[in-house]
Amino acid sequence: MTSIKSSAADMAAALAAGTTTSVELTQLHYDRIAQVDEEVHAFLYLDKEGALEQAAAVDAKRQSGEELGPLAGIPLALKDVLAQKGVPTTCGSKMLEGWRPPYDATVVTRLKEAGVVILGKTNMDEFAMGSSTENSAYGPTHNPWDLTRIPGGSGGGSAAALAAFEAPLAIGTDTGGSIRQPAAVTGTVGVKPTYGGVSRYGLIAFSSSLDQAGPCARTVLDAALLHEVIAGHDERDSTSINAPVPQVVKAAKKLDVKGMKIGVVRELQGEGFQAGVLERFHDGLDALVSAGAELVEVSCPTFDYALAAYYLIAPSECSSNLARFDSMRYGIRVGDNGERSAEEVMKLTRHEGFGPEVKRRIILGTYALSSGYYDAYYGSAQKVRTLLMRDFAAAFAQADVLVSPTAPTTAFKIGEQVDDPLAMYLNDIATIPVNMAGIGGMSLPCGLASEDGLPVGFQIMSPAMRDDLMYQVGGTLEAALLAKWGAPILDKAPVLAAR
Amino acid sequence: MSAISRDDVAHLAKLARISMSDAELDHLAQEMDLILGAVARVQEVAASDVPPTSHPIPVNNIVREDVVRPSLTPQEALSGAPAQSEDRFKVPQILGEE
Repeated sequence: MTSIKSSAADMAAALAAGTTTSVELTQLHYDRIAQVDEEVHAFLYLDKEGALEQAAAVDAKRQSGEELGPLAGIPLALKDVLAQKGVPTTCGSKMLEGWRPPYDATVVTRLKEAGVVILGKTNMDEFAMGSSTENSAYGPTHNPWDLTRIPGGSGGGSAAALAAFEAPLAIGTDTGGSIRQPAAVTGTVGVKPTYGGVSRYGLIAFSSSLDQAGPCARTVLDAALLHEVIAGHDERDSTSINAPVPQVVKAAKKLDVKGMKIGVVRELQGEGFQAGVLERFHDGLDALVSAGAELVEVSCPTFDYALAAYYLIAPSECSSNLARFDSMRYGIRVGDNGERSAEEVMKLTRHEGFGPEVKRRIILGTYALSSGYYDAYYGSAQKVRTLLMRDFAAAFAQADVLVSPTAPTTAFKIGEQVDDPLAMYLNDIATIPVNMAGIGGMSLPCGLASEDGLPVGFQIMSPAMRDDLMYQVGGTLEAALLAKWGAPILDKAPVLAAR
Repeated sequence: MSAISRDDVAHLAKLARISMSDAELDHLAQEMDLILGAVARVQEVAASDVPPTSHPIPVNNIVREDVVRPSLTPQEALSGAPAQSEDRFKVPQILGEE
Protein backbone atom coordinates (compact mmCIF):
# COMPACT_ATOMS: atom_id res chain seq x y z
CA MET A 1 0.00 0.00 0.00
CA THR A 2 1.54 3.31 -1.06
CA SER A 3 1.37 6.21 1.34
CA ILE A 4 3.06 9.58 1.59
CA LYS A 5 5.75 7.81 3.62
CA SER A 6 6.67 5.44 0.78
CA SER A 7 9.87 5.92 -1.16
CA ALA A 8 9.63 7.42 -4.63
CA ALA A 9 10.79 4.05 -6.02
CA ASP A 10 7.86 2.30 -4.30
CA MET A 11 5.44 4.98 -5.49
CA ALA A 12 6.75 4.48 -9.02
CA ALA A 13 6.22 0.73 -8.72
CA ALA A 14 2.64 1.30 -7.55
CA LEU A 15 2.02 3.63 -10.48
CA ALA A 16 3.43 1.07 -12.90
CA ALA A 17 1.30 -1.69 -11.34
CA GLY A 18 -1.78 0.50 -11.62
CA THR A 19 -2.62 0.41 -7.90
CA THR A 20 -2.54 4.20 -7.74
CA THR A 21 -2.51 7.14 -10.13
CA SER A 22 -0.37 10.23 -10.30
CA VAL A 23 -3.41 12.43 -9.70
CA GLU A 24 -4.19 10.44 -6.55
CA LEU A 25 -0.57 10.64 -5.33
CA THR A 26 -0.37 14.34 -6.09
CA GLN A 27 -3.64 15.05 -4.26
CA LEU A 28 -2.44 12.96 -1.30
CA HIS A 29 0.61 15.22 -0.99
CA TYR A 30 -1.43 18.41 -1.27
CA ASP A 31 -3.63 17.05 1.54
CA ARG A 32 -0.53 16.50 3.64
CA ILE A 33 0.75 19.98 2.83
CA ALA A 34 -2.59 21.46 3.89
CA GLN A 35 -2.30 19.50 7.12
CA VAL A 36 1.24 20.41 8.18
CA ASP A 37 2.75 23.22 6.14
CA GLU A 38 1.28 26.02 8.21
CA GLU A 39 3.65 24.82 10.93
CA VAL A 40 6.59 23.69 8.78
CA HIS A 41 6.49 26.43 6.14
CA ALA A 42 8.47 24.42 3.62
CA PHE A 43 6.67 25.93 0.62
CA LEU A 44 6.57 29.48 -0.72
CA TYR A 45 4.18 28.70 -3.55
CA LEU A 46 1.96 25.79 -4.56
CA ASP A 47 1.20 25.26 -8.25
CA LYS A 48 -1.79 23.00 -7.67
CA GLU A 49 -3.37 23.56 -11.04
CA GLY A 50 -0.16 22.97 -13.01
CA ALA A 51 0.78 19.93 -10.95
CA LEU A 52 -2.59 18.20 -11.23
CA GLU A 53 -2.60 18.91 -14.96
CA GLN A 54 0.85 17.32 -15.34
CA ALA A 55 -0.26 14.36 -13.17
CA ALA A 56 -3.37 13.81 -15.32
CA ALA A 57 -1.28 13.99 -18.49
CA VAL A 58 1.11 11.33 -17.15
CA ASP A 59 -1.82 9.11 -16.11
CA ALA A 60 -3.31 9.43 -19.59
CA LYS A 61 -0.01 8.47 -21.20
CA ARG A 62 0.31 5.47 -18.91
CA GLN A 63 -3.26 4.47 -19.69
CA SER A 64 -2.51 4.51 -23.39
CA GLY A 65 0.50 2.27 -22.86
CA GLU A 66 3.14 4.87 -23.60
CA GLU A 67 6.69 4.18 -22.42
CA LEU A 68 7.39 6.33 -19.33
CA GLY A 69 10.52 7.22 -17.36
CA PRO A 70 11.14 5.73 -13.89
CA LEU A 71 9.89 8.81 -12.04
CA ALA A 72 6.91 9.68 -14.24
CA GLY A 73 4.00 10.81 -12.10
CA ILE A 74 6.01 11.25 -8.88
CA PRO A 75 5.52 14.56 -7.03
CA LEU A 76 8.51 16.80 -6.29
CA ALA A 77 9.26 20.01 -4.39
CA LEU A 78 11.42 22.54 -6.26
CA LYS A 79 13.77 24.97 -4.54
CA ASP A 80 12.73 28.52 -5.35
CA VAL A 81 16.16 29.33 -6.82
CA LEU A 82 15.28 27.57 -10.08
CA ALA A 83 13.28 29.33 -12.77
CA GLN A 84 9.98 27.67 -13.61
CA LYS A 85 8.06 29.24 -16.46
CA GLY A 86 5.03 31.20 -15.32
CA VAL A 87 5.40 30.19 -11.66
CA PRO A 88 6.47 32.80 -9.07
CA THR A 89 10.21 32.44 -8.43
CA THR A 90 11.56 34.61 -5.61
CA CYS A 91 14.87 33.08 -4.49
CA GLY A 92 13.62 33.82 -0.99
CA SER A 93 14.08 37.53 -1.70
CA LYS A 94 11.82 40.55 -1.73
CA MET A 95 13.84 41.63 -4.77
CA LEU A 96 12.04 39.10 -6.97
CA GLU A 97 8.61 39.27 -5.33
CA GLY A 98 5.97 38.56 -7.95
CA TRP A 99 8.43 37.65 -10.71
CA ARG A 100 7.24 34.90 -13.03
CA PRO A 101 10.11 33.63 -15.21
CA PRO A 102 9.46 33.55 -18.96
CA TYR A 103 11.47 30.31 -19.30
CA ASP A 104 12.28 27.02 -17.58
CA ALA A 105 15.64 26.13 -16.05
CA THR A 106 17.16 23.09 -17.77
CA VAL A 107 16.62 21.09 -14.57
CA VAL A 108 12.91 21.99 -14.73
CA THR A 109 12.69 21.10 -18.44
CA ARG A 110 14.19 17.69 -17.71
CA LEU A 111 11.83 17.10 -14.78
CA LYS A 112 8.84 17.96 -16.94
CA GLU A 113 10.05 15.75 -19.79
CA ALA A 114 10.46 12.88 -17.31
CA GLY A 115 6.85 13.34 -16.18
CA VAL A 116 7.80 14.46 -12.68
CA VAL A 117 5.03 16.50 -11.03
CA ILE A 118 6.25 19.80 -9.55
CA LEU A 119 4.09 20.52 -6.48
CA GLY A 120 5.50 23.96 -5.75
CA LYS A 121 8.48 26.09 -4.81
CA THR A 122 10.32 25.64 -1.52
CA ASN A 123 11.62 28.17 0.97
CA MET A 124 15.30 29.04 1.17
CA ASP A 125 17.77 31.53 2.57
CA GLU A 126 17.69 34.63 0.40
CA PHE A 127 19.64 33.99 -2.82
CA ALA A 128 20.84 30.72 -1.21
CA MET A 129 23.01 32.54 1.34
CA GLY A 130 22.68 30.95 4.74
CA SER A 131 22.63 27.73 6.74
CA SER A 132 19.27 27.95 8.48
CA THR A 133 16.60 29.29 6.06
CA GLU A 134 16.18 32.16 8.52
CA ASN A 135 17.44 34.57 5.85
CA SER A 136 14.32 34.03 3.73
CA ALA A 137 12.40 37.28 3.25
CA TYR A 138 9.25 35.20 3.71
CA GLY A 139 9.95 33.83 7.19
CA PRO A 140 11.83 30.74 8.35
CA THR A 141 11.10 27.07 7.69
CA HIS A 142 10.73 24.88 10.77
CA ASN A 143 12.47 21.53 11.25
CA PRO A 144 9.89 18.71 11.30
CA TRP A 145 11.89 17.01 14.07
CA ASP A 146 11.39 19.99 16.38
CA LEU A 147 9.48 22.99 15.08
CA THR A 148 11.53 25.38 17.22
CA ARG A 149 14.69 24.40 15.33
CA ILE A 150 16.18 25.28 11.96
CA PRO A 151 15.92 22.85 9.02
CA GLY A 152 19.38 23.84 7.76
CA GLY A 153 20.00 26.03 4.78
CA SER A 154 19.94 27.35 2.32
CA GLY A 155 17.67 24.54 1.09
CA GLY A 156 15.75 24.14 4.34
CA GLY A 157 12.39 24.14 2.57
CA SER A 158 13.27 21.22 0.30
CA ALA A 159 14.71 19.14 3.17
CA ALA A 160 11.80 19.92 5.52
CA ALA A 161 9.27 19.02 2.80
CA LEU A 162 10.85 15.55 2.59
CA ALA A 163 11.10 15.04 6.34
CA ALA A 164 7.47 16.13 6.84
CA PHE A 165 6.31 13.79 4.03
CA GLU A 166 5.04 16.74 1.99
CA ALA A 167 6.98 15.43 -1.04
CA PRO A 168 8.98 12.24 -1.73
CA LEU A 169 11.56 14.08 -3.85
CA ALA A 170 12.99 17.58 -3.97
CA ILE A 171 15.57 19.62 -5.83
CA GLY A 172 18.18 21.64 -3.97
CA THR A 173 21.24 23.63 -4.87
CA ASP A 174 24.56 23.48 -3.07
CA THR A 175 27.18 26.26 -3.12
CA GLY A 176 28.83 25.50 0.23
CA GLY A 177 26.57 22.81 1.68
CA SER A 178 23.00 23.98 0.98
CA ILE A 179 21.81 20.50 -0.04
CA ARG A 180 23.90 18.39 2.34
CA GLN A 181 23.63 20.34 5.62
CA PRO A 182 19.79 20.57 5.47
CA ALA A 183 19.72 16.83 4.67
CA ALA A 184 21.92 16.18 7.71
CA VAL A 185 19.79 18.10 10.20
CA THR A 186 16.46 16.75 8.91
CA GLY A 187 17.39 13.05 8.61
CA THR A 188 17.13 13.00 4.82
CA VAL A 189 19.46 12.33 1.87
CA GLY A 190 21.01 15.11 -0.18
CA VAL A 191 23.54 14.98 -3.01
CA LYS A 192 25.74 17.64 -4.52
CA PRO A 193 26.79 16.17 -7.87
CA THR A 194 30.18 16.86 -9.43
CA TYR A 195 30.38 20.50 -10.53
CA GLY A 196 29.25 20.61 -14.15
CA GLY A 197 27.27 17.39 -13.78
CA VAL A 198 23.91 19.17 -13.67
CA SER A 199 23.13 22.24 -15.79
CA ARG A 200 23.10 25.64 -14.09
CA TYR A 201 20.95 27.19 -16.84
CA GLY A 202 18.03 28.88 -15.08
CA LEU A 203 19.58 28.44 -11.64
CA ILE A 204 19.69 31.98 -10.27
CA ALA A 205 23.41 32.46 -9.72
CA PHE A 206 24.98 33.09 -6.32
CA SER A 207 28.58 31.91 -6.81
CA SER A 208 28.94 30.54 -10.31
CA SER A 209 32.12 28.53 -9.81
CA LEU A 210 30.57 26.73 -6.80
CA ASP A 211 26.79 26.48 -7.44
CA GLN A 212 25.44 23.05 -8.29
CA ALA A 213 21.87 21.70 -8.33
CA GLY A 214 21.22 18.20 -7.05
CA PRO A 215 18.70 15.66 -5.79
CA CYS A 216 17.14 15.53 -2.31
CA ALA A 217 15.21 12.45 -1.17
CA ARG A 218 14.50 10.13 1.75
CA THR A 219 16.54 7.21 0.36
CA VAL A 220 19.80 6.88 -1.54
CA LEU A 221 18.10 5.03 -4.42
CA ASP A 222 15.47 7.78 -4.77
CA ALA A 223 18.24 10.38 -4.93
CA ALA A 224 19.98 8.31 -7.62
CA LEU A 225 16.80 8.03 -9.71
CA LEU A 226 16.34 11.79 -9.54
CA HIS A 227 20.04 12.40 -10.21
CA GLU A 228 19.82 10.54 -13.52
CA VAL A 229 16.77 12.58 -14.55
CA ILE A 230 18.42 15.98 -14.06
CA ALA A 231 22.09 15.28 -14.90
CA GLY A 232 23.85 15.40 -18.24
CA HIS A 233 25.39 17.82 -20.68
CA ASP A 234 23.55 21.01 -21.56
CA GLU A 235 24.92 23.29 -24.24
CA ARG A 236 23.19 26.25 -22.57
CA ASP A 237 25.62 26.00 -19.63
CA SER A 238 29.21 26.55 -20.76
CA THR A 239 30.53 24.81 -17.64
CA SER A 240 28.44 21.69 -18.18
CA ILE A 241 30.59 18.57 -18.55
CA ASN A 242 30.18 16.85 -21.90
CA ALA A 243 30.58 13.25 -20.74
CA PRO A 244 28.28 10.33 -19.92
CA VAL A 245 26.38 10.66 -16.62
CA PRO A 246 27.87 8.36 -13.95
CA GLN A 247 25.63 5.30 -13.47
CA VAL A 248 24.37 6.24 -10.03
CA VAL A 249 21.19 4.12 -9.96
CA LYS A 250 23.16 0.96 -10.68
CA ALA A 251 25.71 2.01 -8.03
CA ALA A 252 23.00 2.71 -5.41
CA LYS A 253 21.68 -0.84 -5.90
CA LYS A 254 25.06 -2.58 -5.58
CA LEU A 255 24.99 -2.83 -1.77
CA ASP A 256 28.58 -3.96 -1.72
CA VAL A 257 31.71 -2.17 -0.51
CA LYS A 258 34.01 -5.16 -0.06
CA GLY A 259 37.59 -4.12 -0.62
CA MET A 260 36.75 -0.43 -1.01
CA LYS A 261 38.99 2.05 0.75
CA ILE A 262 37.17 4.67 2.81
CA GLY A 263 39.30 7.71 3.67
CA VAL A 264 38.44 9.28 7.02
CA VAL A 265 39.46 12.94 6.91
CA ARG A 266 41.45 13.77 10.02
CA GLU A 267 40.72 17.50 9.83
CA LEU A 268 36.93 17.02 9.77
CA GLN A 269 36.35 15.67 13.25
CA GLY A 270 37.31 16.55 16.77
CA GLU A 271 37.26 20.18 17.87
CA GLY A 272 34.05 22.01 17.02
CA PHE A 273 32.09 18.80 16.39
CA GLN A 274 29.32 17.84 18.82
CA ALA A 275 30.09 14.61 20.72
CA GLY A 276 26.83 12.96 19.65
CA VAL A 277 27.58 13.78 16.02
CA LEU A 278 30.96 12.06 16.24
CA GLU A 279 29.43 9.01 17.99
CA ARG A 280 26.94 8.45 15.18
CA PHE A 281 29.62 9.13 12.57
CA HIS A 282 31.69 6.35 14.11
CA ASP A 283 28.64 4.04 14.01
CA GLY A 284 28.60 4.69 10.29
CA LEU A 285 32.29 3.85 9.99
CA ASP A 286 31.75 0.63 11.95
CA ALA A 287 28.89 -0.35 9.63
CA LEU A 288 31.10 0.16 6.59
CA VAL A 289 33.88 -1.93 8.11
CA SER A 290 31.37 -4.70 8.91
CA ALA A 291 30.28 -4.56 5.28
CA GLY A 292 33.86 -5.26 4.19
CA ALA A 293 35.31 -1.82 3.55
CA GLU A 294 38.74 -0.80 4.74
CA LEU A 295 39.25 2.48 6.62
CA VAL A 296 42.30 4.64 5.99
CA GLU A 297 43.00 7.91 7.74
CA VAL A 298 43.80 10.72 5.34
CA SER A 299 45.02 14.21 6.07
CA CYS A 300 43.92 17.31 4.20
CA PRO A 301 45.81 20.11 5.96
CA THR A 302 44.44 22.95 3.81
CA PHE A 303 40.85 22.13 4.91
CA ASP A 304 41.52 24.37 7.93
CA TYR A 305 41.63 27.28 5.48
CA ALA A 306 38.69 26.26 3.29
CA LEU A 307 36.05 28.21 5.19
CA ALA A 308 38.10 31.43 5.07
CA ALA A 309 38.75 31.02 1.35
CA TYR A 310 35.09 30.26 0.70
CA TYR A 311 33.99 33.43 2.48
CA LEU A 312 36.12 35.41 0.06
CA ILE A 313 35.36 33.57 -3.18
CA ALA A 314 31.61 33.14 -2.70
CA PRO A 315 30.95 36.78 -1.68
CA SER A 316 33.19 38.01 -4.51
CA GLU A 317 31.23 36.06 -7.10
CA CYS A 318 27.99 37.04 -5.36
CA SER A 319 28.79 40.76 -5.52
CA SER A 320 29.32 40.39 -9.24
CA ASN A 321 26.34 38.09 -9.93
CA LEU A 322 23.85 40.11 -7.90
CA ALA A 323 24.71 43.27 -9.80
CA ARG A 324 22.04 42.08 -12.24
CA PHE A 325 19.34 43.03 -9.75
CA ASP A 326 19.31 46.63 -10.89
CA SER A 327 15.53 47.29 -10.92
CA MET A 328 15.56 47.81 -14.68
CA ARG A 329 14.57 44.51 -16.35
CA TYR A 330 12.89 42.39 -13.69
CA GLY A 331 12.23 42.39 -9.98
CA ILE A 332 10.95 45.25 -7.86
CA ARG A 333 11.65 48.93 -8.45
CA VAL A 334 11.61 51.35 -5.53
CA GLY A 335 11.44 55.13 -5.47
CA ASP A 336 10.95 55.83 -9.17
CA ASN A 337 9.07 59.11 -8.84
CA GLY A 338 9.99 60.50 -12.24
CA GLU A 339 12.60 62.78 -10.69
CA ARG A 340 15.24 60.40 -9.41
CA SER A 341 18.04 59.11 -11.62
CA ALA A 342 18.41 55.46 -12.56
CA GLU A 343 21.32 55.16 -10.15
CA GLU A 344 19.32 56.58 -7.25
CA VAL A 345 16.43 54.25 -7.98
CA MET A 346 18.86 51.33 -8.20
CA LYS A 347 20.36 52.16 -4.80
CA LEU A 348 16.96 52.51 -3.15
CA THR A 349 15.73 49.27 -4.73
CA ARG A 350 18.79 47.32 -3.61
CA HIS A 351 18.48 48.80 -0.12
CA GLU A 352 14.89 47.62 0.12
CA GLY A 353 15.09 44.41 -1.92
CA PHE A 354 18.10 42.75 -0.26
CA GLY A 355 18.19 41.42 3.31
CA PRO A 356 21.08 41.85 5.78
CA GLU A 357 23.05 38.70 4.89
CA VAL A 358 22.94 39.41 1.16
CA LYS A 359 24.10 42.99 1.75
CA ARG A 360 26.86 41.75 4.05
CA ARG A 361 28.15 39.41 1.35
CA ILE A 362 27.90 41.95 -1.46
CA ILE A 363 29.91 44.45 0.60
CA LEU A 364 32.46 41.80 1.60
CA GLY A 365 32.83 40.68 -2.02
CA THR A 366 33.11 44.24 -3.28
CA TYR A 367 35.91 44.79 -0.78
CA ALA A 368 37.73 41.55 -1.67
CA LEU A 369 37.65 42.43 -5.36
CA SER A 370 38.58 46.09 -5.04
CA SER A 371 41.94 47.27 -6.29
CA GLY A 372 44.58 47.26 -3.59
CA TYR A 373 42.96 44.32 -1.76
CA TYR A 374 42.40 41.91 -4.64
CA ASP A 375 45.68 40.01 -4.33
CA ALA A 376 45.62 39.84 -0.55
CA TYR A 377 42.05 38.53 -0.36
CA TYR A 378 40.51 37.13 -3.54
CA GLY A 379 43.87 36.18 -5.04
CA SER A 380 44.98 34.39 -1.86
CA ALA A 381 41.66 32.57 -1.65
CA GLN A 382 42.11 31.30 -5.21
CA LYS A 383 45.50 29.91 -4.22
CA VAL A 384 43.94 28.14 -1.25
CA ARG A 385 41.53 26.62 -3.75
CA THR A 386 44.50 25.13 -5.63
CA LEU A 387 45.88 23.72 -2.37
CA LEU A 388 42.48 22.20 -1.49
CA MET A 389 42.38 20.45 -4.86
CA ARG A 390 45.87 19.11 -4.24
CA ASP A 391 44.77 17.82 -0.82
CA PHE A 392 41.85 16.01 -2.42
CA ALA A 393 44.03 14.57 -5.17
CA ALA A 394 46.45 13.18 -2.57
CA ALA A 395 43.62 11.79 -0.45
CA PHE A 396 41.90 10.13 -3.41
CA ALA A 397 45.20 8.47 -4.26
CA GLN A 398 44.82 6.60 -0.97
CA ALA A 399 41.05 6.03 -0.85
CA ASP A 400 38.09 5.48 -3.18
CA VAL A 401 35.85 7.91 -1.28
CA LEU A 402 36.36 10.26 1.67
CA VAL A 403 34.00 10.54 4.63
CA SER A 404 33.23 12.94 7.50
CA PRO A 405 30.27 14.15 9.52
CA THR A 406 28.21 16.44 7.25
CA ALA A 407 27.67 19.18 9.81
CA PRO A 408 29.43 19.84 13.11
CA THR A 409 26.19 19.94 15.14
CA THR A 410 22.58 18.85 15.02
CA ALA A 411 19.83 21.40 14.28
CA PHE A 412 20.07 24.47 16.48
CA LYS A 413 17.23 26.69 17.68
CA ILE A 414 15.69 29.26 15.36
CA GLY A 415 17.21 32.62 16.30
CA GLU A 416 20.20 31.12 18.10
CA GLN A 417 22.90 32.11 15.59
CA VAL A 418 21.13 34.75 13.55
CA ASP A 419 23.14 37.66 15.00
CA ASP A 420 26.51 35.96 14.74
CA PRO A 421 27.52 35.51 11.09
CA LEU A 422 30.83 33.86 11.92
CA ALA A 423 29.16 31.20 14.08
CA MET A 424 26.62 30.62 11.31
CA TYR A 425 29.37 30.18 8.71
CA LEU A 426 30.93 27.35 10.76
CA ASN A 427 27.94 25.11 9.97
CA ASP A 428 29.43 24.53 6.54
CA ILE A 429 32.95 23.71 7.66
CA ALA A 430 32.79 20.08 6.49
CA THR A 431 30.81 20.66 3.30
CA ILE A 432 32.66 23.63 1.78
CA PRO A 433 35.87 21.82 0.65
CA VAL A 434 33.75 19.70 -1.75
CA ASN A 435 32.40 22.79 -3.54
CA MET A 436 35.81 24.42 -3.70
CA ALA A 437 37.21 21.38 -5.52
CA GLY A 438 34.12 20.74 -7.65
CA ILE A 439 33.83 17.10 -6.58
CA GLY A 440 30.74 15.12 -5.51
CA GLY A 441 29.31 15.01 -1.99
CA MET A 442 26.41 13.17 -0.35
CA SER A 443 24.82 13.33 3.08
CA LEU A 444 22.71 10.52 4.49
CA PRO A 445 21.39 9.95 8.01
CA CYS A 446 23.56 7.88 10.38
CA GLY A 447 21.44 8.04 13.54
CA LEU A 448 20.28 10.37 16.27
CA ALA A 449 22.65 12.26 18.58
CA SER A 450 22.46 10.99 22.15
CA GLU A 451 22.33 14.50 23.67
CA ASP A 452 19.25 15.76 21.83
CA GLY A 453 17.75 12.91 19.79
CA LEU A 454 18.20 14.87 16.57
CA PRO A 455 19.45 13.46 13.26
CA VAL A 456 23.13 13.34 12.29
CA GLY A 457 24.43 13.37 8.73
CA PHE A 458 27.21 11.19 7.30
CA GLN A 459 29.06 12.78 4.39
CA ILE A 460 30.61 10.80 1.53
CA MET A 461 32.84 12.59 -0.98
CA SER A 462 33.77 11.14 -4.36
CA PRO A 463 36.22 12.24 -7.05
CA ALA A 464 34.92 14.41 -9.89
CA MET A 465 32.60 12.46 -12.23
CA ARG A 466 32.79 9.39 -9.99
CA ASP A 467 29.47 10.22 -8.32
CA ASP A 468 28.66 6.52 -8.62
CA LEU A 469 31.17 5.75 -5.85
CA MET A 470 29.38 7.85 -3.23
CA TYR A 471 26.07 6.25 -4.22
CA GLN A 472 27.60 2.79 -3.90
CA VAL A 473 28.97 3.52 -0.42
CA GLY A 474 25.85 5.49 0.60
CA GLY A 475 23.47 2.75 -0.54
CA THR A 476 25.44 0.11 1.35
CA LEU A 477 25.66 2.19 4.51
CA GLU A 478 21.94 3.00 4.37
CA ALA A 479 21.02 -0.69 4.06
CA ALA A 480 23.32 -1.66 6.93
CA LEU A 481 21.93 1.02 9.24
CA LEU A 482 18.34 0.23 8.29
CA ALA A 483 18.93 -3.41 9.20
CA LYS A 484 20.30 -2.28 12.57
CA TRP A 485 17.50 0.22 13.28
CA GLY A 486 14.64 -1.92 11.95
CA ALA A 487 12.80 1.13 10.57
CA PRO A 488 13.64 4.32 8.65
CA ILE A 489 14.97 7.12 10.82
CA LEU A 490 12.09 9.45 9.94
CA ASP A 491 9.71 7.09 11.75
CA LYS A 492 11.33 8.46 14.90
CA ALA A 493 10.57 12.13 14.14
CA PRO A 494 8.30 12.92 17.06
CA VAL A 495 6.28 15.84 15.81
CA LEU A 496 4.89 14.93 12.44
CA ALA A 497 5.49 11.24 11.75
CA ALA A 498 2.63 10.18 14.02
CA ARG A 499 0.01 12.17 12.14
CA MET B 1 43.29 48.38 14.78
CA SER B 2 40.24 47.96 12.66
CA ALA B 3 40.82 46.84 9.10
CA ILE B 4 37.85 48.69 7.77
CA SER B 5 36.21 51.96 8.75
CA ARG B 6 32.65 53.20 8.51
CA ASP B 7 33.73 55.45 5.63
CA ASP B 8 35.21 52.44 3.83
CA VAL B 9 31.88 50.65 4.11
CA ALA B 10 30.06 53.74 2.84
CA HIS B 11 32.37 53.77 -0.18
CA LEU B 12 31.80 50.05 -0.82
CA ALA B 13 28.04 50.54 -0.54
CA LYS B 14 28.30 53.30 -3.12
CA LEU B 15 30.28 51.02 -5.46
CA ALA B 16 27.70 48.25 -4.93
CA ARG B 17 24.80 50.67 -5.51
CA ILE B 18 23.10 50.03 -2.19
CA SER B 19 21.89 52.97 -0.14
CA MET B 20 22.43 52.42 3.59
CA SER B 21 21.32 54.19 6.73
CA ASP B 22 23.87 55.41 9.28
CA ALA B 23 22.87 52.60 11.62
CA GLU B 24 23.39 50.01 8.89
CA LEU B 25 26.83 51.42 8.06
CA ASP B 26 27.90 51.34 11.71
CA HIS B 27 26.71 47.79 12.18
CA LEU B 28 28.24 46.54 8.95
CA ALA B 29 31.61 48.18 9.68
CA GLN B 30 31.84 46.21 12.92
CA GLU B 31 30.80 42.96 11.26
CA MET B 32 33.16 43.44 8.32
CA ASP B 33 36.00 43.97 10.72
CA LEU B 34 35.30 40.64 12.41
CA ILE B 35 34.74 38.75 9.16
CA LEU B 36 37.83 40.17 7.45
CA GLY B 37 39.86 39.32 10.53
CA ALA B 38 38.70 35.72 10.21
CA VAL B 39 39.16 35.31 6.45
CA ALA B 40 42.53 37.09 6.21
CA ARG B 41 44.21 33.86 7.33
CA VAL B 42 44.12 32.63 3.72
CA GLN B 43 47.30 34.71 3.37
CA GLU B 44 49.15 32.33 5.70
CA VAL B 45 49.23 29.56 3.09
CA ALA B 46 48.93 31.49 -0.17
CA ALA B 47 52.59 31.24 -1.16
CA SER B 48 53.80 32.99 -4.29
CA ASP B 49 54.56 29.71 -6.08
CA VAL B 50 50.94 28.46 -5.79
CA PRO B 51 48.93 29.16 -8.92
CA PRO B 52 45.37 30.47 -8.42
CA THR B 53 42.31 28.38 -9.31
CA SER B 54 39.27 30.27 -10.54
CA HIS B 55 37.26 27.27 -11.57
CA PRO B 56 37.13 23.61 -10.49
CA ILE B 57 37.05 22.12 -13.98
CA PRO B 58 39.32 23.06 -16.85
CA VAL B 59 36.95 24.43 -19.49
CA ASN B 60 37.34 27.48 -21.65
CA ASN B 61 35.94 29.15 -24.73
CA ILE B 62 32.98 26.85 -25.25
CA VAL B 63 31.24 28.07 -28.39
CA ARG B 64 28.23 26.95 -30.36
CA GLU B 65 27.31 27.12 -34.02
CA ASP B 66 26.23 30.61 -34.99
CA VAL B 67 22.71 29.75 -36.05
CA VAL B 68 19.39 31.45 -35.36
CA ARG B 69 17.26 29.53 -32.88
CA PRO B 70 14.00 30.22 -31.06
CA SER B 71 14.25 32.71 -28.20
CA LEU B 72 11.97 34.83 -26.04
CA THR B 73 9.49 37.12 -27.77
CA PRO B 74 9.69 40.82 -26.83
CA GLN B 75 6.53 40.35 -24.75
CA GLU B 76 8.08 37.44 -22.85
CA ALA B 77 11.36 39.28 -22.33
CA LEU B 78 9.49 42.30 -21.00
CA SER B 79 7.05 40.29 -18.89
CA GLY B 80 8.96 40.93 -15.66
CA ALA B 81 9.93 44.53 -16.35
CA PRO B 82 8.98 47.07 -13.66
CA ALA B 83 8.06 49.49 -16.47
CA GLN B 84 7.96 49.22 -20.26
CA SER B 85 7.15 51.32 -23.25
CA GLU B 86 6.97 50.48 -26.96
CA ASP B 87 8.54 47.02 -26.61
CA ARG B 88 11.39 48.40 -24.56
CA PHE B 89 12.45 48.46 -20.92
CA LYS B 90 11.49 51.85 -19.51
CA VAL B 91 14.11 53.13 -17.07
CA PRO B 92 14.55 56.26 -14.98
CA GLN B 93 16.75 59.02 -16.43
CA ILE B 94 20.36 58.00 -16.85
CA LEU B 95 22.09 61.18 -18.01
CA GLY B 96 20.71 63.68 -15.54
CA GLU B 97 18.52 66.72 -16.37
CA GLU B 98 17.62 67.06 -20.02
